[in-house]
Order: sequence, then C-alpha cells, then structure tokens
Amino acid sequence: MATYLIRRLIQSALILLGVSFITFFLLYVLPADPVRQIAGRSATAQTVANIREQLGLDQPFIVQYLRYLGGLVQGDLGRSYLQKTEVASLIASRLPATLLLMAGGIGCELVLGLSMGIIAALRRGRTLDQSLMITSFVAVSAPQFVVSLLLLYVFAVRLGWFPIGGYGTWAHLVLPAATLGVLGSGWYSRMMRSSMVEVLRADFIRTARAKGLTRRRVILRHALPNAILPIIAMIGIDIGIFMGGIVVVESVFGWPGIGQLAWQAIQRIDIPIIMGVTLVSACAIVLGNLLADLVTPFIDPRIRLR
Amino acid sequence: MRNLLTTTALMLALALPATAQDYQPDPNARPGGSIVITYKDDVATLDPAIGYDWQNWSMIKSLFDGLMDYVPGTTELRPGLAERYEISDDGMTVTFHLRTGVMFHNGREMTAEDVKYTLDRVTNPETQSPGAGFFGSILGYDAMADGSASALEGVKVIDPQTVEITLSRPDATFLHVMALNFAHIVPQEAVEAAGDDFGKQPVGTGAFKLTEWTLGQRLVFEKNQDYWRDGVPYLDQITFEVGQEPIVALLRLQNGEVDVPGDGIPPAKFQEVMADPAQAERVVEGGQLHTGYITMNVNTAPLDNVEVRRAINMAINKDRIVQIINGRAVPANQPLPPTMPGYTEGYDGYGYDPDQARQMLADAGFPDGFETELFVMNTDPNPRIAQAIQQDLSEIGVKAAIQSLAQANVIEAGGNGSAPMIWSGGMAWIADFPDPSNFYGPILGCAGAVEGGWNWSWYCNAELDAMATEADSIVDPDRAEERMQMWSDIYMGVMEDAPWAPVFNEQRYTMKSARMGGADELYVDPVSIPINYDYVFATE
Repeated sequence: MATYLIRRLIQSALILLGVSFITFFLLYVLPADPVRQIAGRSATAQTVANIREQLGLDQPFIVQYLRYLGGLVQGDLGRSYLQKTEVASLIASRLPATLLLMAGGIGCELVLGLSMGIIAALRRGRTLDQSLMITSFVAVSAPQFVVSLLLLYVFAVRLGWFPIGGYGTWAHLVLPAATLGVLGSGWYSRMMRSSMVEVLRADFIRTARAKGLTRRRVILRHALPNAILPIIAMIGIDIGIFMGGIVVVESVFGWPGIGQLAWQAIQRIDIPIIMGVTLVSACAIVLGNLLADLVTPFIDPRIRLR
Repeated sequence: MRNLLTTTALMLALALPATAQDYQPDPNARPGGSIVITYKDDVATLDPAIGYDWQNWSMIKSLFDGLMDYVPGTTELRPGLAERYEISDDGMTVTFHLRTGVMFHNGREMTAEDVKYTLDRVTNPETQSPGAGFFGSILGYDAMADGSASALEGVKVIDPQTVEITLSRPDATFLHVMALNFAHIVPQEAVEAAGDDFGKQPVGTGAFKLTEWTLGQRLVFEKNQDYWRDGVPYLDQITFEVGQEPIVALLRLQNGEVDVPGDGIPPAKFQEVMADPAQAERVVEGGQLHTGYITMNVNTAPLDNVEVRRAINMAINKDRIVQIINGRAVPANQPLPPTMPGYTEGYDGYGYDPDQARQMLADAGFPDGFETELFVMNTDPNPRIAQAIQQDLSEIGVKAAIQSLAQANVIEAGGNGSAPMIWSGGMAWIADFPDPSNFYGPILGCAGAVEGGWNWSWYCNAELDAMATEADSIVDPDRAEERMQMWSDIYMGVMEDAPWAPVFNEQRYTMKSARMGGADELYVDPVSIPINYDYVFATE
C-alpha cells in the first residue's frame, strides 16, 4: 500500500510537470504577444521593449520555463500581467466558490443520477425505464450554456424562486449546482442502470431472494452496494469534466470561481493566471483520480492496490 | 458644432475661469441613493497609470482627477484640479495653477509635488504604463523612456500650488493629454505603501472612494463627502457587480435589481428591447468616437495598387452591414467619426457602386478579380460582418478567404504585416481623447507602420505625416480653426490613397432603470463610458 502510494504520488508529480510544460509551451508558441496586451495600442516600441525585458519575456523559452518552475517550487505562481496582483491570492480568493459549486454539483448529480438509474433498472423495459433513459440522454447531450439560461429564466426570472445569478447564500447555489447536476446525472443514471441490471441477474441475488428476503432488503443490502462500485471511480474522473463545465456555468451565473477567472485571463492572454488555474485544475483532477483509486479497495475487498 | 468647440477652446486657452461654459446641473437633481451597475469581467485594475480598458476608464475618472477634465456629456475641455493655466506664446511652456484645499481620500492635501510625482511615475518604464507614450512631448521624456533619468526634466514645481511644464515641441493636444486618466494625480505615500497592489487599493481626489472590492464579485464606491467640486456627486453609493453575463444583467434590470448594465444591451436582445416602448424609452442613444474599418495592406499585391483599394471601397455595401448589427451604427465615409472635431462635412466618400468597382478593377488589370484573405476577430457579430464583406467582394470578383481568430492573434497578424485585409471590429480605434490627431499617428501615420504597430494598412505617406506634425504644432488658439482644417485635409488625403475602407461609426445604447435621473448626455458621455457616474442621480 505504501509503495503504491509513493509510486502514485511520483506519477502525479510527473503528470503535473508535464501539464505545466505543455501549457507553458502552448502559451509560448501562441501567435499572440502578451506584452502588446499589457502595453496597449499607444505604446511606443521603447515601452514594449521595456515591458518585455522586465517580465523576462525576451528570454529563450527554456529560461522562461525554468524560471517559472523555480518560482513554482517555492510556491510562487507569479503576478498577473494585467492586474499586477499575485496569482496565488487571486486563485485562493476564488477557489472556495468553485469547490462549493463542485460539491453542490456532484451531490446533485449523484442524488439525481443514482435514483434515476436504480428506478430504471428495477422497471427495466417498461415505459418508466424508457422515459428515464431518454431524459438522461437529453441531459447528457444538452449544452451547458442553454441549460443554465433555461433554468435561470424559468426558476429565477419567471417564478422568482431563486436569485438571478450571483453568490452568497444557499439560494444562489441551487441553480448553478442543479445545472451541473442535471447534466452530469445523465451519465450516472445510465451507468447505474446497467450496473444494477447486471447485479440483479447475479447468482447471489437469486440466492438472497431464495432465502426469502424482502425485495427492499435484497435491493438495498445486496444489489446496491455491489452495483455502486464502478460509480465511485467515476466521481474521480468526473472532477475533470466538472473543471471544464464550471467555466460556462460560472460565467452564466456570475459565480466568482476560478473558471470565470480563467476565462477572463484567456481573453487577455494573462499567462500567469492561465498557468495558475491550469495547474490548480490539474492538481484537482490528479487528486480526484488518486482518491477514487485509493477508496475502491475499502469498498470492494477483491481489489488490491499494488 | 465645430465653431462652438473652437470658441470654447479659445476661451479656455485664454485661461478664463471655467464657470461661464461649464455644466449646468439638472435643477431636479436629488442627492442620495445608491445604484447597481453590472459588468461581465472583473475590473482589471483601478491604477490610473495602468487601467486602459473602457470598463475601468470611467471608474478611474470617478476615483481620481486630472489637472484638466471635460464638461460632462461633451468633448469640451474644462479645468480640473488646475484652477487655471497659462500657455507661453511659443507654446512650449504650460503653467498650471492648482486649486487649494483639494484633499486625497487619505486626508492629505494635494500639491504640485503630487503632480510631479504622478508624471514621473507614469513615464517611468518600471511602472509599465500603457499610456507613457502620450507624454512624449514633455521635455525629458526620452531620457525617462530609455531609463537614463528618474524624473522628467520638463516638470518643475514652482510653489505648492504651481507647476510648470516645459515641452520639447509645441503640442496642440497637450491639454487633452493632461485630461487622460494616465495623468490623474496619485499620492506618492499611498502608491508606495500599496506597491503593486495600488490598482486594488486606489487613493485619489475623485468624487467617489473605493470602500470594498471583493474579487470576482463586487466593488463598492462611496461618495467622497469632501469632494472639491460643489454639489456633486449626487449618489451616495455605487455598487459594481462583476461576473454578470450581459443577458443575465438585462433580465435583472427588467426585474428591478440592476440600474445600468455596463456591457450594454446584448445584441441578441436588442430588437426585442427596442420593440417594447416601455423598455425602449429607457434606452439612451448617442454617438461615440469610434470608426469600424477594413484595412488594406498597401505592401501586399494587388492591394498595393491604389485603384484596387478604391474599387474595394466602392464594393462595400455599408447599409447592409449596418443592418446586420440591427442598425446600431451609421455608415462611415471617412476615418473620423462625425462627433469628432475636424470631421469633413459634405464629403461623400466612395459610394456603393459594384459596377463601377468591377470596371475599376478591370482597368487596374484584374478583370477576373483576385484572391486574398480577410482577417477578423472571432466574436459575434464580427464573423457575420466579415461574411457580408466577403459577399460584397465576390460581387466584383475578389475572393476573400475569412480568417476568424482570437483578438490577440488578429492584432499580431496586423502588426507583423501578414494580414492582407482586416475587419477592425472588436479592435477598432476608439479615441483616447476628442482630437482628430488621435485618429492618425498610430493607425494611419508612418510611426504606426512598424513591426508590432497598429497601422495595419502599413500606409505611410510622408507628406501627410509632415502636415500632421505641422498641425499639431499650432498651439495658438486663434489658429484653432486653421488646425482643424489641416486635419480635415489630412484625412481627405488619406481617403484619396484609400488604405482603409471606412464602414461604420458605432452608436452607443445605454439602458437604465426607471429611477435613474440626469440628462441623456450623461448616459452616452463621450469620455466616461458607459455613464458619467459623478453627475447622474437616482430619483427614488
């Protein structure tokens, strides 16, 4: 277990190093010059040259990258080119909002997705099953932007149940979390349904039934814990998908998280912010996957980590 | 209009007190109340030396003041922190007399030392100010720019209320430069205490002070009770809520939660809003100092042929392009927008005439047209406009492939000369100050036709450049009319060579809640976009 953990941690560090290199390289070869964004259109060639030198952007790629890594090792993510603020503090001030939104979204999609999947599996082949699966198919394919605006319009503008975007209270969280949850629930319900259907066919379920256990007990005690296993690993992977989704959802709902920060930085080629948010997201994804792998053996003793 | 402006400039230049032509506030204006403004993007910075986007431009104007200012809702200069000023006969020395008793938000009195500190700071390369180049006419600027000096030689403190600025060349636009945000006065001790974070902790002399900035959520401005201008501001508080999509902001406005959506009416909703009389009456329309244009790279064949460029000018159906953006613009026939002094009245430009354009192309040796590329920024409505241009061009046989790219990539392609044609939408020139010279140097003059420059036509006419230099050295207020005529001639010369096809001048539409009061001009202020925060008020 300990060797496994150490190996995985080293792997994770290498992945993050790779992510940092690739992102930095892509931003370097991007046919757009951040200095010109900073200098503005009235700047003289002298001003542009001065800024380039001060930011070290006149150095060769490898020097720039090693400098960035050097800062990174000391926990320094640099300062935003345009805002001049420390990237670490920009991200720190926005991270809680993103984590809250992710927790809300994952909670919402688990509740929705698992219950839809279980019900569909139990009613397999009937109308309820089919309509639930069509619903989940729609949910999987619906664009986030459209769903966000639809929920916003119906529940906030028309019905007035929730505030129209913003951040601060639990009421603010409902709609953005629901958007992420509804969309994600499609995957979970389909996954849960097939897993459940498979388990319900297994021999030990027939045995349990034969023992004369109640239907409720068979499902909750014997079928569910086995069927839910593959779902656990999925939550870890899901964090990656969420990181993409929050950019849209945060923008529509005015949710002050790191997705919004990243989107604004990309438009302004604010490289230190783009790098910072990318690395933080990559960390989240790597950790999510690691946790999912670590938790699995506790749920399913058949799986051993080596 | 031009006559009126000239007279005003003349009166100002004679250093008369500004009371005569200054803004007459609305007699019904009511002090108090707080309003909510929304924006999509978080505010980048509130440091006047750094901030250079239209969102923070007006916010900085309300937190800080310059020696010069504009009459609200107009393009007329008026004195700001300088009570009056004198210009020497040769135009090389400007002496500003500061108001007494003006307090920074930290309670210290503003003096001539602060003016000197501010100008030294903004021109110091370490500050990385995008506006440093505007101060190029101050004596000693070059030594600052190359790092060999730490203070501007030409800025001298005479006494605590007097500062004398010596120029290295006569500069007719200098008073406008002193009204730019980059010249807004900052207190040294506050800048040094905050370091790189001054943009987040601004301290100025302005009508409002920043009391809260929650990153990514909101900024709160509170009324400066000790503001040196009597009677203003009216509002007690302005809350800027950031991170709000324009479409969401509009819904919230309709719901009574927002007073002004700072990013304007989303294009997709524009017709719906304007079709509803109750909403349309709360939309204020105004011009802005903006021109949208197609640049044609004069170094790239066959656009190096002036007849080809003229033919392209005549091929563009500007009325149809204006329709594409729901009529939110007026067709343009010259580089300057109509509200800019120096605009040539009565000039028709190149009218839409595809038949003649085809003929001209044939005469120029391209009877079958040619192939070229049109670069465009990839956000709506620009690709749609580019498609319309593409269609117009195909009518005369010119096959233009559209390159739809992110803003920075288009700017790069323009600056390195690899783009034969560019539609300027989303990157077009909006004047920094209301003077015709501001539309020339960087985007049409030889100085801008360099690697990394903004003159994407790479047009360089030495004769016009010399004329521009001459015009801007006319500082004598009696000759202001003559100067404007020279500028008008310069732009007519540009049109003769046709490096651009001017397409339209965008109109501005500001929507406000029913409780917002104040003259319409304040909501389409040419200098404070979207609105002039200091002079608007809330009726309830």
